Amino acid sequence: MTNESYLEVKHLVKYFPVYSTGVLTKKQVGKVHAVDDISFDIRKQETFALVGESGCGKTTTARVILNLIEPTSGEVYVDNENIFKKFQSADKQEKMKIRRKLQMIFQNPYGSLDPRMTVCDIISEPFVIHGHLPKEKRCERVYELLELVGLEEYHAERYPHEFSGGQRQRICIARALAVEPEFIIADEPVSSLDVSIRAQILNLLGNLQKTMGLSYLYISHDLSSVRQISHRVGVMYLGKIVELADTDELFDSPLHPYTQALIEAVPIPDPKIKNIKAGLSGEVPSPITPPAGCRFNPRCPYASAECREQSPELTEVKKGHYIACIRERT
Amino acid sequence: MSETILRIEELKTYFFTEAGIVKAVDGVSFEIRKGESLGLVGESGSGKTVTAFSVLGIVPKPGKIVGGKIVFKGDNLVGKTEKQLLPLRGKEIAVIFQDPSSSLNPLYKVETQIKDVLLAHKKMTEEECRKRVLELLTLVGIPDPETRMLEFPHQFSGGMKQRVAIARALALQPTLLFADEPTTALDVTIQAQVLDLLEDLKRKLGMSLVMITHDMGIIAKMTTRVVVMYAGRVCEIAKTEDLYEQPRHPYTATLLAAVPRLDRKKTLSIIPGNIPNLIEPPSGCRFHPRCKYADTKCEQDQPKMEEVGPDHFVACYRWKELVLKGESTNHDK
Repeated sequence: MTNESYLEVKHLVKYFPVYSTGVLTKKQVGKVHAVDDISFDIRKQETFALVGESGCGKTTTARVILNLIEPTSGEVYVDNENIFKKFQSADKQEKMKIRRKLQMIFQNPYGSLDPRMTVCDIISEPFVIHGHLPKEKRCERVYELLELVGLEEYHAERYPHEFSGGQRQRICIARALAVEPEFIIADEPVSSLDVSIRAQILNLLGNLQKTMGLSYLYISHDLSSVRQISHRVGVMYLGKIVELADTDELFDSPLHPYTQALIEAVPIPDPKIKNIKAGLSGEVPSPITPPAGCRFNPRCPYASAECREQSPELTEVKKGHYIACIRERT
Repeated sequence: MSETILRIEELKTYFFTEAGIVKAVDGVSFEIRKGESLGLVGESGSGKTVTAFSVLGIVPKPGKIVGGKIVFKGDNLVGKTEKQLLPLRGKEIAVIFQDPSSSLNPLYKVETQIKDVLLAHKKMTEEECRKRVLELLTLVGIPDPETRMLEFPHQFSGGMKQRVAIARALALQPTLLFADEPTTALDVTIQAQVLDLLEDLKRKLGMSLVMITHDMGIIAKMTTRVVVMYAGRVCEIAKTEDLYEQPRHPYTATLLAAVPRLDRKKTLSIIPGNIPNLIEPPSGCRFHPRCKYADTKCEQDQPKMEEVGPDHFVACYRWKELVLKGESTNHDK
């Protein structure tokens, strides 16, 4: 890992409109605050993790970065180039250039592979789209990629249904690697896999990072796997980043009450440690009408009147450790 | 220890599919004691859910129990007719399913769904029913139960739905409760709330709880004894602490070592290969193709359960020679 930043997200916002259910008229009655003004950077060869519960905006962040959905506002820079501008520019070549740098691995390997294509077709499709590899070399490259992710040459002629979940996820990884990307977004890559297979995929991702110098954005709700593979972590709650720090720092001395509660709630596979407690009561409020002030205040055990009014900014409290909480500053 | 309330002996449940016979549960034996929390761990396809369904007599088609015994309070449940099983289900043995969104009927009010369970087993007046439903919803911690009981499942969040499902399962104070991955569909903070609730209720009502899960963290927190399943068979049974301290089966040990933990970083060990196909399961010990200690005997013969310590059983030929690392010992440093 280096200290040079590779990808920078600045004040990213994504709202989804909510419409009334009229027959003739369609009126916007509100908006889902899916991602609400978040900023972070990902360094070269780093694994940056975004964690949070369902509906906190992790996946939306990933999709907006790749421009799979249009942002409401905000910018993303890759190597100091504003990529949203490039995506909007008419030049197709420029667009493809950016797409080649940024790839994605999806959560469900059963849904992200076309059942009617052979593995060879699936992995060589990026070559067809980007046209960066002459036809006669494609087959050879597919074999190389398969070997890289721990599969065999003869697998190339098979169809996705012939593979188990873990093997399918390997195919997805091979496909993402086909265009020689610099950055990969892995959206819950192991959550649909069995425990014994999860470790295989996590280790594979780690090894690929070392050998190919990749940067990752790792998105997960599983804190244990985040601790295992990431260098830095951002914790999201209702569309905002509430805490951001180095992995060990974050898990050993979390400062935001939400992070603390989240960590306490994870059962540890050791019967001698029965520390888990349900520190939080209540549930995540609706992102259509998020609470005023700090978004966590209705569930926060320490919330004061101030928390209900002021929306705290993400501020650095220790070197490299940022939190968005009023209490911690005073 | 205390008396056994359910004993499963050599249970075999097969699914007769077009592709062949899937031996989902193939000779499983263990017992559930009064008032204990038993964990049933294994990966998908290991047969944990099918075991629970066999006990309740709700194995879906084309599945069938083809052999073995399920003895509940001295009575063999295998071979009983639907009519004979009805009085047991819900009253003596209840179940909570994985996904509360699909286990509750979307067309009925919450009150009606719990009332149905009550009326199926007891003669009660409308007023008694209402009172009992209120009591139950209060018990599982649903705020403002009087208004919430008149609402439909879609008006509840995931965690609240699971609470309703728990209330429904407990309506008649069963002696045995199967919880089949009850928190897999929930977020961590909500999971912690539901686990706390289950533990609390178990203590209050004195029932036996069988936690079915693949999460070694939940097993460590919730249970006192564990049955580890692999590919339709039991490979190890032990007290929870012994299992994490001194696993005797190579599968248990590698499974523990493959699970990342939150309180420290560790090198994740890998179980090579994949979960076997149960139409043609491996010969001998079912784990042998993935086991690094396997020898020719493991390939040929099926190991029997052996007692290796107090309340500790393992099905492995080589347990005596193997020194396996547990999770409680700090073997990283």
